Amino acid sequence: MSTQAGPIIQVEHVAAGYHETVILEDISFQVAKGEVLVIVGSSGCGKSTLLKHMIGLMAPLKGKVLIDGDDIVAADAEVKHRILRKIGVMFQTGALFGSMTLLENVRLALDEFTDMPHEAADLIALMKLDLVGLNGYGEYMPAELSGGMQKRAAIARAMVLDPQILFLDEPSAGLDPVTSAGLDALIRSLAETLGMTFVIVTHELASIFAVADRVIMLEKEIKTIVATGTPQEMRDCTDNPWVQRFFHRQAESRVTH
Amino acid sequence: MSNVHVNTRVRSEVDTSGNLTFGYSGRLDAATVGTLWRQTAEVLRSAAPKRVSVLADEIAYCDGSGVGLLFWLRLRGRRDGFSVEFKGLREDLAARLEMFDVEAFAAAGQGRRNHFSLPDKVGHYIWGFLEDVGEHLAFVGELFTATVKCLVRPGQLRWKDVFLTAERAGANAVGIVALLGFLFGLIMAFSSAMPLRRFGADVYVADLAAIALVRVIGPFITAVILAGRSGSAYAAELGTMKINDEIDALTTMGLEPVRFLVVPKVLATMLVTPLLTVIANLFGLIGSGIVILSIGFPLVTYISHVKSAVDVDVLLIGVVLKGIVFGGLVAGAGCLRGLQTQTGASAVGISTTRAVVSGIILVVMAEGLFAVLLHFLGI
Ligand SMILES: Nc1ncnc2c1ncn2[C@@H]1O[C@H](COP(=O)(O)OP(=O)(O)OP(=O)(O)O)[C@@H](O)[C@H]1O
Ligand SMILES: [Mg+2]
Repeated sequence: MSTQAGPIIQVEHVAAGYHETVILEDISFQVAKGEVLVIVGSSGCGKSTLLKHMIGLMAPLKGKVLIDGDDIVAADAEVKHRILRKIGVMFQTGALFGSMTLLENVRLALDEFTDMPHEAADLIALMKLDLVGLNGYGEYMPAELSGGMQKRAAIARAMVLDPQILFLDEPSAGLDPVTSAGLDALIRSLAETLGMTFVIVTHELASIFAVADRVIMLEKEIKTIVATGTPQEMRDCTDNPWVQRFFHRQAESRVTH
Repeated sequence: MSNVHVNTRVRSEVDTSGNLTFGYSGRLDAATVGTLWRQTAEVLRSAAPKRVSVLADEIAYCDGSGVGLLFWLRLRGRRDGFSVEFKGLREDLAARLEMFDVEAFAAAGQGRRNHFSLPDKVGHYIWGFLEDVGEHLAFVGELFTATVKCLVRPGQLRWKDVFLTAERAGANAVGIVALLGFLFGLIMAFSSAMPLRRFGADVYVADLAAIALVRVIGPFITAVILAGRSGSAYAAELGTMKINDEIDALTTMGLEPVRFLVVPKVLATMLVTPLLTVIANLFGLIGSGIVILSIGFPLVTYISHVKSAVDVDVLLIGVVLKGIVFGGLVAGAGCLRGLQTQTGASAVGISTTRAVVSGIILVVMAEGLFAVLLHFLGI
């Protein structure tokens, strides 16, 4: 809110890993306010791991992550709380609370962090569910839904407080193309009208072209960023074999399919 | 709330012909909407308008919560029969408001899930109980055939799992079984010694301890410990596998879950329970022995009383038989409850609870049958 057009996320020389295994080395990039950044890369190259570092769930081996100017690793409880209020996260597996209905899952943050009357929280939560195409499923338990529906509910939960930054780990995996396109349109409109910032991990080429302002590609072999640019630049790139292979192979298999 | 922005507020104006005007200004976000919502609801309640106009040109920022408030006015308008008109609404905001369909939301309000009436519930409960009994019987049958198959062709049995389970359920439980057996022996002998002494019959404490402990309490506490330690663990393990679709994966690979997962556990438990029972009995006798020695009887007296009270050969059969049956019941109940696990995070917890409860109930019922049986067999 207070910062102007400067970067809202700064990742500086981050190295990441589990125990002794280093997964990522020397990752640096920035995300501007209102930007939609897409992270791509082969399976297992560390996209989810990078996301966990950006939201402060894991501490980097080296380097630091700044959210709106605050260092999320060094943050004390108060700063951390301030940062967490600015972000919403959808995990790769959805991670809905199994003992609560969908409506309760979505309205939880409203109940905990705002002074809204019960009716207001209910309606706003239902509207978020409606946005992701789950109107009428408020009373269902997560276990009673399909995988894709759980995913959409998780997106609704992540954005119920309209956070400034939304992290989505493979939002369109498991969704049909129509729902997926609807989700892309929603992301674009939230970014443009509300200036919401998105960091999205996805493999869907169509989705990348529909939403991304900028793409960052990670590569498993060299453990760092191999290329960054707009989706068009990435597609037209000729001098980088990894990028070419990624954008090309996918393009080819989509054509022959 | 302190974080309501100074310039964020709602003005309202009513005229005599039922026109109500709301003017919102400032930031409409999750932090401010709560207050605005209450104020708006208050005005609506007292004014009961025919027409509502909303002046939106002073709204500086409006996120999803703000859209929620505007949309709610529409919903209220439809419900309470007043018209709602927005003036000066920015185009993008109007578009985001249009994404929601008043009719769909108004209809969804009523379509909650139906709740059952009392007779329905009673019916469901009885039906559920009968189904449960049926599942138990089917499971026993399945388990029996799978076990027999495994015994006929021992190569089919997963011996690694049998030994692992025997270690976890048996060897690792020796300490707790010995301790509880010892304490029970001590407590029983002590609390019966005092009343019996009043009749000068305190020497019969030995007989009492031997009969009650060896016949009933030893096997029983062993089974209860087993249900709490191992039955629940089996249920949790199988329940987690069920939730992660691992059981389905086994089935589609052509491996029956009962043979693959349940038989090793049940066999191993049936194997170790008699041994644990013997340990519980032994330490129980040591416990009561200490009490008897301490009230002044020599060790020989105690041993001869115990010997005369229980016929060792027959007793061994009783203990071993009981141990095998109790072990099978506890392990079987644990595995069945695990396989019956429903979906959801709390499901595994429910299954482990049910495993322990079923295990103990089955053991008590079997204990009763044994008491009658052993009596008629004269053991
Ligand atoms: N909890 C963990 N402990 C140890 N290693 C892990 C752990 N989680 C992930 N890894 C390793 O880290 C690497 C990156 O995992 P990550 O989940 O970040 O991949 P990803 O890029 O998100 O892949 P995908 O596209 O399949 O989701 C993998 O090689 C994985 O083996
Ligand atoms: Mg991942």
